[in-house]
Amino acid sequence: MGTAAEVLKDFKGFNMKNIPTEELLSPGHRACQGCVEILGLRLALKAIGKDVIVASATGCMEIVTSPFPQTAWRVPWIHVAFENAAAVISGVEAAYKALIRKGKIEDKKVVFLAYGGDGGTADIGLQALSGALERGHDFVYLCLDNEAYMNTGIQRSSSTPYGAMTTTSPPGKKSIGQSTWKKNLPAIVAAHGIPYVATASPAYPVDLMNKVKKAATVPGPAYVHIYSTCPTGWRHDSSIAIEVAKMAVATNVFPLYEVIDGEWKLSRKNPKPKPVREYLKMQRRFRHLTDDEIAKIQARVDAEWKTLLERCGESPEAAKDKDE
Amino acid sequence: MAELRSGRPLLLQGNEAIVEGALAAGCRFFAGYPITPATEISEMMAYRLPAVGGTYIQMEDEIASLGAVIGASLAGAKSMTATSGPGFSLMQENIGFACIAEVPCVIVNVMRGGPSTGLPTKPSQGDVMQARWGTHGDHPIIVLSVSTTRECFDITVKAFNLSEKYRTPVILLSDEVVAHTREKIQLPHPEEIEVIDRIKPNMPPEWYIPYEDNTRGVPPMAVFGDGYRYHVTGLVHDVRGFPTERADEIKAFLTRIHRKIYQNYFDIIMTEEEHVDDAEVIVITYGAVARSAKRAVREARKRGVKAGMIKLITLWPFPRQALEPHLKRVRAVLVPEMNFGQVSREVKRINQGMTRIEKMNRIDGQLITPDEILTRLLKL
Repeated sequence: MGTAAEVLKDFKGFNMKNIPTEELLSPGHRACQGCVEILGLRLALKAIGKDVIVASATGCMEIVTSPFPQTAWRVPWIHVAFENAAAVISGVEAAYKALIRKGKIEDKKVVFLAYGGDGGTADIGLQALSGALERGHDFVYLCLDNEAYMNTGIQRSSSTPYGAMTTTSPPGKKSIGQSTWKKNLPAIVAAHGIPYVATASPAYPVDLMNKVKKAATVPGPAYVHIYSTCPTGWRHDSSIAIEVAKMAVATNVFPLYEVIDGEWKLSRKNPKPKPVREYLKMQRRFRHLTDDEIAKIQARVDAEWKTLLERCGESPEAAKDKDE
Repeated sequence: MAELRSGRPLLLQGNEAIVEGALAAGCRFFAGYPITPATEISEMMAYRLPAVGGTYIQMEDEIASLGAVIGASLAGAKSMTATSGPGFSLMQENIGFACIAEVPCVIVNVMRGGPSTGLPTKPSQGDVMQARWGTHGDHPIIVLSVSTTRECFDITVKAFNLSEKYRTPVILLSDEVVAHTREKIQLPHPEEIEVIDRIKPNMPPEWYIPYEDNTRGVPPMAVFGDGYRYHVTGLVHDVRGFPTERADEIKAFLTRIHRKIYQNYFDIIMTEEEHVDDAEVIVITYGAVARSAKRAVREARKRGVKAGMIKLITLWPFPRQALEPHLKRVRAVLVPEMNFGQVSREVKRINQGMTRIEKMNRIDGQLITPDEILTRLLKL
């Protein structure tokens, strides 16, 4: 049993009845209607509790929670540059440990949390994140993945899925939209061999909160990749944001899993996956896709699901049997 | 949409006019990263470049953006990137590389309030000194500024021309006001636009010495894959491109890359004068503030004050020769800027006690208004 598994042996999770009512990210912020990103962040903070120091990369969440003269944050919060949330939280954590060691402050078991969007994590912030993971700081990193640079007006990122329309991947006669496949960031992070990696979706709030709590509990670096539907950028009605998020899991576009001490574990087995088309057709960013392109995306999703099942030590048939 | 949109009048914002200018100048490669208030340049490039056979790439950050631009330029394409303050800071190392390796490229910086994340949606002129000295070490650089939509077009073309002619990065400073102001603009026909391309080697490959001095100080530039042996490095190098630590070679190299800019000073310097001939007081201005200054000068004239204005288009090398004759003559000079005084400091430096220099600054993210300038002008 690895260190993380050892610590999580007696892990007590949340259920719908004992979700904390305290709002550490207060209402009244300026997120768009139907923003699932802020929902994920809010649930994550509930899971961690008030003993937390937060470093925020530049992005939507930074902008909407901190317009002068207001702040939505009821915990210590620092906004840093676009690329260095993980580097700054490294410094906070290292200094905090040093001060405890010297007896200058009392050890309150503070959780160090850094978060960024997909651009701030998978693109410009990847170097800082990789460095912090490698050095082994005891911190939690949340990637709030809304699959493009929404703050500056919907530009593609390396986390934008194939075929999606953004302002810098406009579809047309000579372009399919985004022409590359989504970067598999959780797998890249897992390759650092850190104790805890997970993917989560605010459509499954208890699962998300448990994962964030586990991430905060394990010693060393932990990473949670949170799927964050964005009605503004994905061009769907804000009332169906959670349905879109659920559909992403149901179609295996965004599978939920954990990697504890390098062991991969599916959080939701999906014996009867829905066709990807149903997910794509909910969003206008995909409306230009032809049947051929949808088939291509379906094949890719199937292949990635198969790889994931193999990593989790499950054969596609076995997964089916167990659930049925 | 594919062809250049010359002929009929258009309603464009500054950022869009920069894209049109770049395409007209022959820019066929753009690598960028989203940042307010420069994002529209990326968006337009993503839309327009594929249609003219060019390439748009969105990179993972601004370091990579300028890296890709340098690579594309070495491969023979006229290349550009666009950013704002924080991204411009990240580009500084590569700007130095482009200077020492003599790679032509255009870097647009749509200035916003700083430092750091600063004021993403507000204008500023706080990057004038950074554009000159942001990258480390003594280096030559050309920095141009724009104040109208039409200038965004013309000066972008000029930026590419200077960059190709002198094998140097050219920085184009715009600001949030110019970037997002929509104006009617009639683009010139392609044949009316002067486009300069870099000089390629015409000798046999075995005779090519990539960094050999000549009267212009600008050696011909081979394209990767043309068959010319060509070593590119960020280390100080000898005429063949190989790293050197010999004092005579180091001095010769650094002198040459400075000389190629300064000996062509009058080709690079651009200023615009208005009512200066009989002026007793003048406003020295650039960027969006020049628009306010123009109005203020006209109003001052109506009230009997002999006011004039010199708009700086070239900021670096600093247009000393264009200003000195006026400094000798006028009673006072006003330098309004959206910073704590970056160009005014340079004007004071060249003034040497010839006249009185007054600065006028706003650092609150607001454009300086014509009224404010007029009030100061009347008191000068």
